[in-house]
Amino acid sequence: MRTARVLIAPAAAAALALSLGACGTGGGGSDDATITVAYQKFGNFTQADTLFKDVKADYEKANPGITVELVPIEAQQNDYFTKLALMNRSPSTAPDVMYEDTYMIKSDVEAGYLAPLDDYLAEWDEWGQFVDSAKQAGAGDDGKTYGVSMGTDTRGLWFNKDVLAKAGLPEDWAPKSWDELLEAARAIKESDPDVVPFNMYSGKPQGEAAVMQGFEMLLYGTGDTLYEDGKWVLGSQGFIDALDFVGTVFSEGLAPTPQQALDTNIGNTVQAEWLPEGKVGIALDGSWVAGNWLESGVAPWPEWSEKMGTAPMPTQDGADPGAVSMSGGWTLALGSGSENPDAAFDFISMALNRENSLWFDVANSQIAVRTDVAEDPEYTKTNPTTEFFTGLVDVTNFRPATSDYPKVSNEIMVAMESVMTGQQTPEEAAAVYDEAVAGIVGDENTVQG
Amino acid sequence: MAVTSRGVARAVPLAPAVVLLALFMLGPVVWSFYGSFTNAALTGPAALNPEWIGFDNYVALIGDPDFPKSLWLTVVFVFLSAVVGQNVMGIALAGLLRSAVRPVRSIASTVVVAAWVLPEIVAAFASYAFFHSDGTLNTMLGGIGIPGPDWLYSTPMLAVIVANIWRGTAFSMMVYSAALAEVPPELTEAAQLDGANGLQRLAWVTLPVIRRSISTNLMLTTLQTLSVFTLIYVMTGGGPGTDSSTLPILAYQEAFKFAQVGYGTAIATVMIVVGAIFSVIYIRALRPEVD
Repeated sequence: MRTARVLIAPAAAAALALSLGACGTGGGGSDDATITVAYQKFGNFTQADTLFKDVKADYEKANPGITVELVPIEAQQNDYFTKLALMNRSPSTAPDVMYEDTYMIKSDVEAGYLAPLDDYLAEWDEWGQFVDSAKQAGAGDDGKTYGVSMGTDTRGLWFNKDVLAKAGLPEDWAPKSWDELLEAARAIKESDPDVVPFNMYSGKPQGEAAVMQGFEMLLYGTGDTLYEDGKWVLGSQGFIDALDFVGTVFSEGLAPTPQQALDTNIGNTVQAEWLPEGKVGIALDGSWVAGNWLESGVAPWPEWSEKMGTAPMPTQDGADPGAVSMSGGWTLALGSGSENPDAAFDFISMALNRENSLWFDVANSQIAVRTDVAEDPEYTKTNPTTEFFTGLVDVTNFRPATSDYPKVSNEIMVAMESVMTGQQTPEEAAAVYDEAVAGIVGDENTVQG
Repeated sequence: MAVTSRGVARAVPLAPAVVLLALFMLGPVVWSFYGSFTNAALTGPAALNPEWIGFDNYVALIGDPDFPKSLWLTVVFVFLSAVVGQNVMGIALAGLLRSAVRPVRSIASTVVVAAWVLPEIVAAFASYAFFHSDGTLNTMLGGIGIPGPDWLYSTPMLAVIVANIWRGTAFSMMVYSAALAEVPPELTEAAQLDGANGLQRLAWVTLPVIRRSISTNLMLTTLQTLSVFTLIYVMTGGGPGTDSSTLPILAYQEAFKFAQVGYGTAIATVMIVVGAIFSVIYIRALRPEVD
């Protein structure tokens, strides 16, 4: 008897725990459901955190019985992808709603992590407000839509006018070619050796920021590209020239030292400290950088709009269209394993309604993808650089829309790092890249540039 | 029959331990070995349905220019920091401390053991702070007018090797202190009477007697050093470039940074092989003549 009771107690406890667990995760009914929302929160990027906290409060008020669990992932961009992928691999941790980079969508769709949104979007009366390119950005290879765009971005040159003035450069400085950009950087170095003349992200620790803000801004200005007519371009001169530019700025000391540049936190440091303090002259960076300096940002800097100038990134030798930009952006996506997809989509539609999109686009200096937000005076007036960066949409490029892109992007980081540290010449690094890409996508999917 | 049933009865208390080991040790090892023959990934089609790809990962590994470099760095790291550094330092310290006066002995051994007591992540940050370009070492060098280089950037392997010797020597020192205490004093005295000097006594008496401890210690420090990850990852991140990417760093990078889990596990399998080779060498080379 005694033994039996001893055995029964834990068994009953286990059964209770199991049934409780089933309530927590199962919750097929509308009562007591939980939806989890995973997003990145790292360094200066806290805007998504603020947004989701606000939306959580509103959503829970409007939907009693549904709890929103926020899962901020504190990691640098590529580590964020890894952690999100690891969460997605197990049904017990897979989020219902996730903050997803457009360039990961196709790959994650093939991995089975995301659920199509078409049925929901068809019934969402606000979907018509989104511009076509933003709708396209959330599409998978099967043509279905998997992500609702939060905003897009462009990239260009930011410069501190004080630093440039010291080097004898005008306030409306706008280089016409890579050489003019390099000359300006050399002039800054001469005028003040303590200033980092030019910052571009490079190397593995910077992840996709190095590839997109750094390398691709160069490559797409050479006339060559990464991907053309369904094939990956290998052995192009533009690829070598772009790497050569990376090698030049780092070997001549025009950029931060390689050790500084390989510090995971350099992005935060440049945006929140070095640019405001005049320790960097020119920075090749994204349209969202000003978000740091707004009142809602992490490093408010009221005078930024007078001190900072912007210029388009020139093409290699000034060839048409004279400037180059890259565009990406983030979306909210629905997890394929979600047990409350209806509630999860409701959350997405609330997070990206007019009011919340407006707040996020302004706070994070995004380029609006909702027409009603783009026309809003609050959006157009808050940030004086919005007009400039929106104008770059005319010359912008998009990353190859294939599920292999994230892997190829990794190879670009490797090539950049080996050139910036002087371990390989641009030609050697390009050869390694060619071989690696052929291995990833198969020889039949490549073409000689 | 009686023997077998007694054997079974004796095995029963072991069963929970065996099951736990199989579940949490053998399971992951077997899974990792299996994974190295698939194209498992964190994203893309292979994340949904990993395919059996035979030896493709290993073929790719051999063709990867990073791999031979990483293998070489691993061997250098293990040889210099464990086999030479920790062992020689350990035995030297143990020998010197035996003949030292008491306060010196307790102070010195406390200092050495402190590095071993620190959690690995703390030891790694301490080493990072020591070798950083504005760190302790360069500040001290600057004090006597020598501008120090940026150690973590210009000599990353040297920095991580020294850090690992610092961290791991205590273990060898303790093993050798225990072993030296077991050397029968009459043997050394007899050798001394025969006119052997200190070095000869060490080479012909002490070392042969503690041979088994040397073998065990070499094996343990080698296997520990082979799997050092935190120390290197915190200090240099495997960089600059791939200049300090030992096999564990490379495996982590491929599996979790570049999302190619299958490829990463293939590197892990190679690490098991490297560890096995070192172990076999020790067991063979230091096998006692009479067994």
